[in-house]
Amino acid sequence: MAVKSNIKNMVLSLTLVCLVCSVLLGGVYNVTAEPIKKAAAARTAASIARVLPPFESEPQEHRTELGGVQFVYYSVEGAGIAVVSTTAGFGGPLTVMVGIGEDGLIVNSVVLSHSETPGLGAKCAVDEAFRGQFEGFDPASKRLAVTRDGGDIDAITASTISSRAYTAAVAQAYEVYKKVSGNE
Amino acid sequence: MSKLQILTKGLLKENPTFVLVLGMCPTLATTTSAMNGLEMGLATMFVLILSNIVISLIAPVVPDKVHIPVYIVVIASFVTLLQLLMQAYVPDVYETLGLFIPLIVVNCIVLGRAEAFASKNSVVDSALDGIGIGIGFTLSLTVIGIVREILGSGSLFGWKFIAGDGILAFVMAPGAFIVLGYLMVLFNKLAGKQ
Repeated sequence: MAVKSNIKNMVLSLTLVCLVCSVLLGGVYNVTAEPIKKAAAARTAASIARVLPPFESEPQEHRTELGGVQFVYYSVEGAGIAVVSTTAGFGGPLTVMVGIGEDGLIVNSVVLSHSETPGLGAKCAVDEAFRGQFEGFDPASKRLAVTRDGGDIDAITASTISSRAYTAAVAQAYEVYKKVSGNE
Repeated sequence: MSKLQILTKGLLKENPTFVLVLGMCPTLATTTSAMNGLEMGLATMFVLILSNIVISLIAPVVPDKVHIPVYIVVIASFVTLLQLLMQAYVPDVYETLGLFIPLIVVNCIVLGRAEAFASKNSVVDSALDGIGIGIGFTLSLTVIGIVREILGSGSLFGWKFIAGDGILAFVMAPGAFIVLGYLMVLFNKLAGKQ
Protein backbone atom coordinates (compact mmCIF):
# COMPACT_ATOMS: atom_id res chain seq x y z
CA MET A 1 0.00 0.00 0.00
CA ALA A 2 1.41 3.28 -1.15
CA VAL A 3 -0.03 5.64 1.42
CA LYS A 4 1.99 6.14 4.59
CA SER A 5 0.31 5.58 7.94
CA ASN A 6 1.03 8.99 9.46
CA ILE A 7 -1.52 10.78 11.57
CA LYS A 8 -2.55 13.19 8.80
CA ASN A 9 -3.32 10.43 6.30
CA MET A 10 -5.14 8.29 8.84
CA VAL A 11 -7.39 11.11 10.06
CA LEU A 12 -7.99 12.30 6.53
CA SER A 13 -8.94 8.91 5.06
CA LEU A 14 -11.20 7.92 7.97
CA THR A 15 -12.94 11.29 7.96
CA LEU A 16 -13.43 11.18 4.23
CA VAL A 17 -14.82 7.64 4.21
CA CYS A 18 -17.20 8.38 7.09
CA LEU A 19 -18.33 11.59 5.41
CA VAL A 20 -19.09 9.93 2.08
CA CYS A 21 -20.90 7.05 3.78
CA SER A 22 -22.99 9.39 5.94
CA VAL A 23 -24.05 11.45 2.95
CA LEU A 24 -24.96 8.33 1.02
CA LEU A 25 -26.97 6.86 3.90
CA GLY A 26 -28.68 10.17 4.55
CA GLY A 27 -29.81 10.23 0.95
CA VAL A 28 -31.10 6.66 1.03
CA TYR A 29 -32.85 7.31 4.34
CA ASN A 30 -34.74 10.22 2.77
CA VAL A 31 -35.80 8.10 -0.18
CA THR A 32 -36.93 5.12 1.91
CA ALA A 33 -38.49 6.98 4.87
CA GLU A 34 -41.86 7.30 3.14
CA PRO A 35 -42.14 3.64 1.93
CA ILE A 36 -41.04 2.38 5.37
CA LYS A 37 -43.78 4.40 7.03
CA LYS A 38 -46.31 3.15 4.50
CA ALA A 39 -45.23 -0.47 4.97
CA ALA A 40 -45.58 -0.18 8.74
CA ALA A 41 -48.98 1.47 8.39
CA ALA A 42 -50.11 -1.22 5.95
CA ARG A 43 -49.11 -3.93 8.42
CA THR A 44 -51.08 -2.29 11.20
CA ALA A 45 -54.09 -1.75 8.94
CA ALA A 46 -54.00 -5.39 7.82
CA SER A 47 -53.91 -6.57 11.45
CA ILE A 48 -56.80 -4.29 12.41
CA ALA A 49 -58.81 -5.57 9.45
CA ARG A 50 -58.28 -9.11 10.72
CA VAL A 51 -59.48 -8.49 14.26
CA LEU A 52 -62.47 -6.23 13.64
CA PRO A 53 -65.58 -6.55 11.48
CA PRO A 54 -65.34 -4.87 8.05
CA PHE A 55 -65.15 -1.10 8.37
CA GLU A 56 -65.05 1.96 6.15
CA SER A 57 -63.52 4.69 8.26
CA GLU A 58 -59.87 5.36 9.04
CA PRO A 59 -58.57 3.74 12.30
CA GLN A 60 -57.47 6.33 14.87
CA GLU A 61 -54.39 5.61 16.97
CA HIS A 62 -54.60 6.29 20.72
CA ARG A 63 -52.47 5.69 23.76
CA THR A 64 -53.54 4.95 27.29
CA GLU A 65 -52.07 3.80 30.57
CA LEU A 66 -53.27 0.94 32.71
CA GLY A 67 -51.44 -0.26 35.82
CA GLY A 68 -48.34 1.72 34.89
CA VAL A 69 -48.09 0.15 31.43
CA GLN A 70 -48.52 2.06 28.18
CA PHE A 71 -50.97 0.58 25.67
CA VAL A 72 -51.56 1.46 22.06
CA TYR A 73 -55.05 0.95 20.69
CA TYR A 74 -56.90 1.83 17.53
CA SER A 75 -60.51 2.93 17.50
CA VAL A 76 -62.62 2.41 14.40
CA GLU A 77 -65.96 4.17 13.89
CA GLY A 78 -68.78 1.66 13.89
CA ALA A 79 -66.55 -1.40 14.40
CA GLY A 80 -64.93 -1.25 17.82
CA ILE A 81 -61.38 -0.98 19.06
CA ALA A 82 -58.22 -2.99 18.47
CA VAL A 83 -55.84 -3.17 21.43
CA VAL A 84 -52.17 -4.13 21.20
CA SER A 85 -51.36 -6.19 24.27
CA THR A 86 -48.04 -7.74 25.31
CA THR A 87 -47.49 -10.44 27.92
CA ALA A 88 -44.61 -12.73 28.82
CA GLY A 89 -44.73 -15.94 26.79
CA PHE A 90 -42.56 -19.02 27.13
CA GLY A 91 -39.72 -17.78 24.93
CA GLY A 92 -40.09 -14.01 25.29
CA PRO A 93 -42.67 -11.28 24.84
CA LEU A 94 -45.91 -12.30 23.13
CA THR A 95 -47.69 -9.42 21.42
CA VAL A 96 -51.31 -9.88 20.43
CA MET A 97 -53.75 -7.50 18.79
CA VAL A 98 -57.26 -8.00 20.13
CA GLY A 99 -60.34 -6.61 18.44
CA ILE A 100 -63.28 -5.83 20.69
CA GLY A 101 -66.61 -4.90 19.13
CA GLU A 102 -68.88 -2.13 20.28
CA ASP A 103 -71.07 -4.74 22.02
CA GLY A 104 -68.12 -5.66 24.29
CA LEU A 105 -67.59 -9.08 22.69
CA ILE A 106 -64.18 -10.10 21.44
CA VAL A 107 -64.26 -10.17 17.64
CA ASN A 108 -60.91 -11.78 16.88
CA SER A 109 -57.28 -11.73 17.90
CA VAL A 110 -54.03 -12.06 16.02
CA VAL A 111 -50.40 -12.52 17.10
CA LEU A 112 -48.21 -9.60 16.03
CA SER A 113 -44.91 -11.01 17.26
CA HIS A 114 -43.76 -13.90 19.43
CA SER A 115 -40.73 -16.02 20.20
CA GLU A 116 -42.47 -19.23 21.28
CA THR A 117 -41.07 -22.69 20.59
CA PRO A 118 -41.66 -23.76 16.96
CA GLY A 119 -44.26 -26.52 16.76
CA LEU A 120 -45.36 -26.11 20.37
CA GLY A 121 -46.11 -22.66 21.74
CA ALA A 122 -45.80 -21.08 18.30
CA LYS A 123 -49.03 -22.86 17.42
CA CYS A 124 -50.92 -20.19 19.35
CA ALA A 125 -50.37 -17.93 16.33
CA VAL A 126 -51.97 -20.33 13.84
CA ASP A 127 -53.96 -23.03 15.69
CA GLU A 128 -57.57 -22.32 14.66
CA ALA A 129 -59.05 -24.60 17.34
CA PHE A 130 -57.31 -22.50 19.98
CA ARG A 131 -57.68 -19.05 18.47
CA GLY A 132 -61.28 -19.75 17.45
CA GLN A 133 -62.25 -19.93 21.12
CA PHE A 134 -61.75 -16.18 21.42
CA GLU A 135 -63.99 -15.29 18.49
CA GLY A 136 -67.21 -13.91 19.90
CA PHE A 137 -66.03 -14.58 23.46
CA ASP A 138 -67.99 -12.64 26.05
CA PRO A 139 -65.61 -11.74 28.91
CA ALA A 140 -68.52 -10.36 30.91
CA SER A 141 -70.17 -13.77 31.35
CA LYS A 142 -67.24 -16.20 30.91
CA ARG A 143 -63.75 -16.27 32.41
CA LEU A 144 -60.75 -15.38 30.27
CA ALA A 145 -58.31 -17.98 31.58
CA VAL A 146 -57.22 -21.48 30.61
CA THR A 147 -59.27 -24.35 32.06
CA ARG A 148 -56.42 -25.39 34.35
CA ASP A 149 -56.70 -21.99 36.02
CA GLY A 150 -60.47 -22.32 36.26
CA GLY A 151 -61.27 -20.39 33.09
CA ASP A 152 -63.14 -21.18 29.88
CA ILE A 153 -60.29 -21.48 27.36
CA ASP A 154 -58.86 -24.88 26.41
CA ALA A 155 -55.07 -24.60 26.26
CA ILE A 156 -53.02 -26.02 23.37
CA THR A 157 -51.72 -29.48 24.32
CA ALA A 158 -48.21 -29.28 25.79
CA SER A 159 -48.20 -25.49 25.50
CA THR A 160 -49.94 -24.32 28.65
CA ILE A 161 -47.55 -21.44 29.25
CA SER A 162 -47.98 -20.00 25.76
CA SER A 163 -51.76 -20.52 25.91
CA ARG A 164 -51.84 -18.82 29.30
CA ALA A 165 -49.80 -15.88 27.95
CA TYR A 166 -52.12 -15.52 24.95
CA THR A 167 -55.20 -15.67 27.14
CA ALA A 168 -53.67 -13.16 29.55
CA ALA A 169 -52.94 -10.85 26.62
CA VAL A 170 -56.58 -11.00 25.57
CA ALA A 171 -57.76 -10.44 29.14
CA GLN A 172 -55.40 -7.49 29.47
CA ALA A 173 -56.70 -6.03 26.22
CA TYR A 174 -60.23 -6.36 27.61
CA GLU A 175 -59.20 -4.41 30.71
CA VAL A 176 -57.91 -1.66 28.43
CA TYR A 177 -61.21 -1.76 26.55
CA LYS A 178 -63.17 -1.45 29.80
CA LYS A 179 -61.08 1.53 30.80
CA VAL A 180 -61.27 3.43 27.53
CA SER A 181 -64.92 2.63 26.79
CA GLY A 182 -65.82 3.93 30.24
CA ASN A 183 -64.10 7.19 29.43
CA GLU A 184 -65.51 7.63 25.98
CA MET B 1 -6.18 -17.38 -11.53
CA SER B 2 -8.64 -17.05 -14.42
CA LYS B 3 -11.85 -15.07 -14.11
CA LEU B 4 -13.89 -18.26 -14.22
CA GLN B 5 -11.86 -19.80 -11.42
CA ILE B 6 -12.39 -16.72 -9.25
CA LEU B 7 -16.12 -16.96 -9.86
CA THR B 8 -16.47 -20.67 -9.18
CA LYS B 9 -14.04 -21.18 -6.29
CA GLY B 10 -16.70 -20.03 -3.82
CA LEU B 11 -18.88 -22.98 -4.77
CA LEU B 12 -16.50 -25.81 -3.94
CA LYS B 13 -12.86 -25.09 -3.18
CA GLU B 14 -13.46 -22.09 -0.92
CA ASN B 15 -17.09 -22.68 -0.03
CA PRO B 16 -17.59 -20.25 2.89
CA THR B 17 -19.83 -22.54 4.93
CA PHE B 18 -18.58 -26.09 4.37
CA VAL B 19 -14.88 -25.50 3.72
CA LEU B 20 -13.89 -22.16 5.27
CA VAL B 21 -16.53 -22.58 8.04
CA LEU B 22 -17.13 -18.82 8.27
CA GLY B 23 -20.25 -16.91 9.24
CA MET B 24 -21.66 -19.69 11.39
CA CYS B 25 -23.97 -17.48 13.45
CA PRO B 26 -26.38 -16.53 10.63
CA THR B 27 -25.90 -19.99 9.10
CA LEU B 28 -27.20 -21.76 12.18
CA ALA B 29 -29.79 -19.21 13.21
CA THR B 30 -31.60 -18.33 9.99
CA THR B 31 -31.78 -21.66 8.16
CA THR B 32 -35.00 -22.85 9.80
CA SER B 33 -36.55 -23.09 6.34
CA ALA B 34 -35.28 -23.16 2.77
CA MET B 35 -36.72 -19.73 2.01
CA ASN B 36 -35.14 -18.12 5.09
CA GLY B 37 -31.76 -19.58 4.18
CA LEU B 38 -32.06 -18.33 0.61
CA GLU B 39 -33.06 -14.83 1.69
CA MET B 40 -30.25 -14.58 4.22
CA GLY B 41 -27.76 -15.77 1.58
CA LEU B 42 -28.94 -13.19 -0.94
CA ALA B 43 -28.80 -10.37 1.63
CA THR B 44 -25.22 -11.31 2.51
CA MET B 45 -24.30 -11.58 -1.18
CA PHE B 46 -25.59 -8.06 -1.83
CA VAL B 47 -23.32 -6.62 0.88
CA LEU B 48 -20.42 -8.84 -0.14
CA ILE B 49 -20.39 -7.78 -3.80
CA LEU B 50 -20.78 -4.05 -3.12
CA SER B 51 -18.24 -3.94 -0.30
CA ASN B 52 -15.75 -5.96 -2.36
CA ILE B 53 -16.06 -3.51 -5.25
CA VAL B 54 -15.72 -0.38 -3.12
CA ILE B 55 -12.91 -1.77 -0.99
CA SER B 56 -10.86 -2.83 -4.01
CA LEU B 57 -11.25 0.73 -5.30
CA ILE B 58 -10.23 2.54 -2.13
CA ALA B 59 -7.65 0.04 -0.81
CA PRO B 60 -4.64 1.72 -2.50
CA VAL B 61 -5.32 5.06 -0.78
CA VAL B 62 -6.16 3.73 2.69
CA PRO B 63 -3.26 3.88 5.15
CA ASP B 64 -2.33 0.46 6.48
CA LYS B 65 -2.96 1.17 10.15
CA VAL B 66 -6.59 2.22 9.69
CA HIS B 67 -7.63 -0.20 6.98
CA ILE B 68 -9.86 -2.34 9.25
CA PRO B 69 -11.91 0.62 10.58
CA VAL B 70 -12.28 1.98 7.04
CA TYR B 71 -13.48 -1.40 5.72
CA ILE B 72 -15.90 -1.78 8.60
CA VAL B 73 -17.38 1.66 7.92
CA VAL B 74 -17.85 0.72 4.25
CA ILE B 75 -19.43 -2.65 5.13
CA ALA B 76 -21.65 -1.14 7.84
CA SER B 77 -22.87 1.49 5.39
CA PHE B 78 -23.91 -1.12 2.86
CA VAL B 79 -25.63 -3.15 5.55
CA THR B 80 -27.58 -0.09 6.72
CA LEU B 81 -28.46 0.64 3.11
CA LEU B 82 -29.73 -2.92 2.70
CA GLN B 83 -31.66 -2.64 5.95
CA LEU B 84 -33.44 0.53 4.86
CA LEU B 85 -34.24 -0.87 1.42
CA MET B 86 -35.58 -4.13 2.86
CA GLN B 87 -37.70 -2.33 5.44
CA ALA B 88 -39.16 -0.17 2.70
CA TYR B 89 -39.78 -2.69 -0.06
CA VAL B 90 -39.80 -6.20 1.45
CA PRO B 91 -40.96 -5.62 5.07
CA ASP B 92 -42.04 -9.26 5.51
CA VAL B 93 -38.60 -10.61 4.68
CA TYR B 94 -37.05 -8.00 6.95
CA GLU B 95 -39.36 -9.11 9.74
CA THR B 96 -38.31 -12.78 9.42
CA LEU B 97 -34.57 -12.19 9.25
CA GLY B 98 -34.77 -9.43 11.85
CA LEU B 99 -31.61 -9.04 13.88
CA PHE B 100 -29.48 -11.05 11.47
CA ILE B 101 -29.47 -8.31 8.83
CA PRO B 102 -27.58 -5.76 10.96
CA LEU B 103 -25.33 -8.61 12.09
CA ILE B 104 -24.01 -8.98 8.52
CA VAL B 105 -21.64 -6.15 9.51
CA VAL B 106 -19.70 -8.54 11.70
CA ASN B 107 -20.05 -11.54 9.41
CA CYS B 108 -16.49 -12.72 9.02
CA ILE B 109 -17.08 -13.73 5.39
CA VAL B 110 -17.55 -10.10 4.36
CA LEU B 111 -14.56 -8.67 6.22
CA GLY B 112 -12.57 -11.80 5.39
CA ARG B 113 -13.05 -11.33 1.64
CA ALA B 114 -12.26 -7.61 1.96
CA GLU B 115 -8.99 -8.41 3.72
CA ALA B 116 -7.92 -11.50 1.84
CA PHE B 117 -9.07 -10.64 -1.65
CA ALA B 118 -10.62 -7.26 -2.45
CA SER B 119 -7.81 -5.20 -0.94
CA LYS B 120 -5.24 -6.94 -3.18
CA ASN B 121 -7.09 -7.46 -6.46
CA SER B 122 -8.69 -5.47 -9.26
CA VAL B 123 -12.28 -4.24 -9.19
CA VAL B 124 -13.54 -6.81 -11.69
CA ASP B 125 -11.86 -9.71 -9.91
CA SER B 126 -13.19 -8.48 -6.54
CA ALA B 127 -16.72 -8.22 -7.90
CA LEU B 128 -16.45 -11.76 -9.31
CA ASP B 129 -15.09 -12.98 -5.99
CA GLY B 130 -18.05 -11.37 -4.22
CA ILE B 131 -20.51 -13.01 -6.61
CA GLY B 132 -18.80 -16.41 -6.34
CA ILE B 133 -18.51 -16.49 -2.56
CA GLY B 134 -22.01 -14.99 -2.31
CA ILE B 135 -23.50 -17.74 -4.46
CA GLY B 136 -21.58 -20.36 -2.49
CA PHE B 137 -22.92 -18.97 0.79
CA THR B 138 -26.47 -18.65 -0.55
CA LEU B 139 -26.49 -22.22 -1.90
CA SER B 140 -25.06 -23.62 1.34
CA LEU B 141 -27.66 -21.83 3.45
CA THR B 142 -30.45 -22.92 1.13
CA VAL B 143 -29.34 -26.55 1.27
CA ILE B 144 -29.18 -26.50 5.08
CA GLY B 145 -32.59 -24.79 5.08
CA ILE B 146 -34.04 -27.42 2.72
CA VAL B 147 -32.85 -30.31 4.91
CA ARG B 148 -34.05 -28.66 8.13
CA GLU B 149 -37.41 -27.72 6.64
CA ILE B 150 -38.06 -31.21 5.26
CA LEU B 151 -37.11 -32.93 8.53
CA GLY B 152 -38.44 -30.30 10.89
CA SER B 153 -41.65 -29.10 9.29
CA GLY B 154 -42.36 -31.69 6.60
CA SER B 155 -42.44 -29.02 3.92
CA LEU B 156 -40.26 -27.55 1.18
CA PHE B 157 -40.16 -23.83 0.33
CA GLY B 158 -43.40 -23.52 2.29
CA TRP B 159 -45.12 -26.34 0.37
CA LYS B 160 -46.31 -28.84 2.98
CA PHE B 161 -46.22 -32.53 2.03
CA ILE B 162 -46.65 -34.06 5.50
CA ALA B 163 -49.68 -33.19 7.58
CA GLY B 164 -48.76 -32.15 11.11
CA ASP B 165 -45.32 -31.61 12.54
CA GLY B 166 -41.95 -32.99 11.53
CA ILE B 167 -39.06 -33.70 13.88
CA LEU B 168 -39.17 -30.42 15.75
CA ALA B 169 -35.57 -30.62 16.96
CA PHE B 170 -34.48 -29.79 13.41
CA VAL B 171 -36.24 -26.44 13.49
CA MET B 172 -34.43 -25.56 16.70
CA ALA B 173 -30.73 -24.90 17.35
CA PRO B 174 -29.55 -28.49 18.04
CA GLY B 175 -30.92 -29.62 14.68
CA ALA B 176 -28.98 -26.83 12.98
CA PHE B 177 -25.70 -28.17 14.36
CA ILE B 178 -26.55 -31.77 13.45
CA VAL B 179 -27.54 -30.89 9.87
CA LEU B 180 -24.52 -28.64 9.41
CA GLY B 181 -22.18 -31.34 10.69
CA TYR B 182 -23.51 -34.08 8.44
CA LEU B 183 -23.65 -31.79 5.40
CA MET B 184 -20.06 -30.78 6.03
CA VAL B 185 -18.97 -34.42 6.05
CA LEU B 186 -20.95 -35.14 2.91
CA PHE B 187 -19.67 -32.04 1.15
CA ASN B 188 -16.02 -32.73 1.88
CA LYS B 189 -16.43 -36.37 0.86
CA LEU B 190 -18.00 -35.38 -2.47
CA ALA B 191 -15.53 -32.57 -3.04
CA GLY B 192 -12.79 -35.20 -2.86
CA LYS B 193 -11.09 -34.07 0.31
CA GLN B 194 -10.28 -36.32 3.26
